[in-house]
Amino acid sequence: MMIGLILVIFLPFFLGVGLYIKSTLLLEDQSLIDLLFSSDWRPLAGKFGFLAFSVSSIWVTVLSLLIAGPICLLTAIHLTQYAKSWVLRIMHPVIDILAGIPSVIFGVWGILVIVPFISKYLAPFFGVNTSGYTILAGAIVLAVMIIPFVLNILIDVFKTIPDELKEASLSLGASQWQTIKLVLLRKAFPGIVSALGLGISRAFGETIAVLMVVGNVAKIPTGIFQPGYPLPALIANNYGEMLSIPLYDSALMLAALILFFVVLIFNFISRMAIVRLEKQTS
Amino acid sequence: MRKLKFIEEKFFRILMFISTNLIVILLLLIIFSILYKGLPSLSWAMISQTPKGGFYFGKEGGILNAIIGSLYLSIGATLLAVAIGLPVALLMNVILVKHKKLINAIRFILDLLWGIPSIVYGAFGFTIMIYFGIKTSLLAGIITVTLFIIPIMVRAMDEVLKTVNTGLLETSLSLGSTHSETAFKVFLRQASPGLVTAILLSFGRAIGDAASVLFTTGYTDHIPTSLGQPTATLPLSIFFQLSSPIEEVKNRAYASAVILTVIILIISVLARLYSKRYQKHKINF
Amino acid sequence: MDKGVKILIKDLDLYIGKQHILKNINVAIPEKKITVILGPSGCGKTTLMKSMNRLTDIYPDVKVTGQIFINDDDILHTQMDITKLRQKMGLLSQRPYPLPMNIYNNIAYGLRISGRRKKQFLDKRVEHYLKVANLWDEVKDRLRDPASKLSIGQQQRLCLARGLAVDPEIILADEPTSALDPISSQAIEEKFIELKKNYTIILVTHILRQARRIADNVIFMYMGEVIEQGTADQIFNHPKEEKTKSYLKGLFY
Repeated sequence: MMIGLILVIFLPFFLGVGLYIKSTLLLEDQSLIDLLFSSDWRPLAGKFGFLAFSVSSIWVTVLSLLIAGPICLLTAIHLTQYAKSWVLRIMHPVIDILAGIPSVIFGVWGILVIVPFISKYLAPFFGVNTSGYTILAGAIVLAVMIIPFVLNILIDVFKTIPDELKEASLSLGASQWQTIKLVLLRKAFPGIVSALGLGISRAFGETIAVLMVVGNVAKIPTGIFQPGYPLPALIANNYGEMLSIPLYDSALMLAALILFFVVLIFNFISRMAIVRLEKQTS
Repeated sequence: MRKLKFIEEKFFRILMFISTNLIVILLLLIIFSILYKGLPSLSWAMISQTPKGGFYFGKEGGILNAIIGSLYLSIGATLLAVAIGLPVALLMNVILVKHKKLINAIRFILDLLWGIPSIVYGAFGFTIMIYFGIKTSLLAGIITVTLFIIPIMVRAMDEVLKTVNTGLLETSLSLGSTHSETAFKVFLRQASPGLVTAILLSFGRAIGDAASVLFTTGYTDHIPTSLGQPTATLPLSIFFQLSSPIEEVKNRAYASAVILTVIILIISVLARLYSKRYQKHKINF
Repeated sequence: MDKGVKILIKDLDLYIGKQHILKNINVAIPEKKITVILGPSGCGKTTLMKSMNRLTDIYPDVKVTGQIFINDDDILHTQMDITKLRQKMGLLSQRPYPLPMNIYNNIAYGLRISGRRKKQFLDKRVEHYLKVANLWDEVKDRLRDPASKLSIGQQQRLCLARGLAVDPEIILADEPTSALDPISSQAIEEKFIELKKNYTIILVTHILRQARRIADNVIFMYMGEVIEQGTADQIFNHPKEEKTKSYLKGLFY
């Protein structure tokens, strides 16, 4: 029992250390700053600039939050403030099933539906010519994947707002919508930010689905209709070659380490905020 | 002025209605498109044969390698995760119950671990493999996936045990035989539906994840006969075969997608049913 | 409606889902008096009070039949904007629920909602009602501080000032002193006695002593039904129903 517990508690530590050890080979050779901010990615020449990948990751993540955020917020408000209870009862299994669908299935759906949609309808509408394998495709697929996750958190957050607070606002003459806008959202604001923070960390680390639709071209993307190459995709796509080129495996492990830290930090901050929120309301 | 407020509210209510329905439509769309592409390719031959002539180029055969491989891997990982995770969850809720701060710290760490993307676990698994000299194999895959699902398993079980009265378990451990048996049985009846749900959900995550097995399990046309052999999995079966120019290979990918989706749907339904039973039997003290 | 009656409720039935919460309620609330709704926990008194300004609307699966007349208007079937109606009735809850804003904005909230935004006007109102609630001296130097920083007793007085600031005709108070210490409770009770000169006050409580102290009229409820109603003298000194007598003796609460 105790061994299990120790394993569990120290797992994040082990993960970090393991990855770090593998990355040191590369870090001895080149400085971290150089690696992070160079866009020169030519492994055969020993050049491992991560910038294009970080930028792609940021693009895809931010865009997916921009799509998923409003949808989750609107739906959470609707389900907790307006809808009859049978609607919530149907939505729970829908959300749970959506949450359980594996990443690779989302990828297949992305290829079948989203990529053609972008290349045949959406991009031409904006006068752009593209194969559809774009940052936008990655963001849309990613958005659908994080919706159940963020939505569940938001529903929980809204449910913690006491009814009496809403009643107080209503009895002062506010309409239900005004109450939501001026009182509910204000009170729930820290919780909303946390939910989005957790959404970001989830989106940042998502690998397979995004990889399948995002194009995988190692250049800094300049628009949503361009292909991208997020950090997780980099790791997943190149594990085959990594042992044959010197320092390549170190570079990929470093990428995994960076991913690990970014996700961990976002997770940590968001969850700390939720813990403090729970302390406040109890 | 009032008109404006009224229009504003109406506008947002319409948006809310659309966005709620959008989610349902998306789910149906996803399931439908997978079934649409995959069902035509599903045949008895598909699920009972392994690919002939190499999985990437061979036109004949099916996906039995992936189906069996996934089952071996996921069941193995789930069992291992239960063996490690259940004691930890019990430890947290029965023995350590008084040390609130410690338990909350553990829960916090578990939540953090739960958020780490599977590819990180995959990369980590890979480094372990190199360190111990293990080749890409079923064993490496099981270890990696176990690490990946332990946080999920423990946290889910912890949620269950948190609400069940573990006093029953304590009593059963300290009383004489007849009393302890009854107390233990009552505890089990209360907790087991929830625990089963936790196990089902972890299994679902294990079988569906690609990134954790990508580096560690390899891929092959054959059904593994030992832990040291590389193993095909359903997610990778989709991933590797989808981009093939050969139609039959692509169809194998779609068929795998259908199988995987159906497995997940069945697990979701079972988990729902079980958790309803858990709610029913839950005694509130 | 009879003269002197502020609220008249006829044949009111309220269901939440399948549960029959309020059964065939018929009451008359006189104006400018303190009417206490009395009864054991769970008898429906809070629900009855909340149905008077249709706060029950926001709960899912609520069904209401019957009529509630306020100033000759049946608010259950009215064409009027319900938010305007609600402003006529100030609400004071069991525990204070300050809005997530500073002290000033809490008071000004209701006024701004109804469109009155001139700074001078708001300043005067805020000061006036904080004085009425006996809170002005304690907070006049920190009006922009978050309301959550006040003590519970201060918060409850804030909520009172907030509710009065929108010029209601009726005050609905749901066990307003149950979270307060004895001194703050007494302050609120004395305030109500003062306020009844200008407002109709409906107070829900299960504290018998409090009811005896300040009620002019009493409605006694049990299990969703009105058992007896009348003046304080009638109910406390000459109760007619068995259940009322038992309750007054303290046989159940």
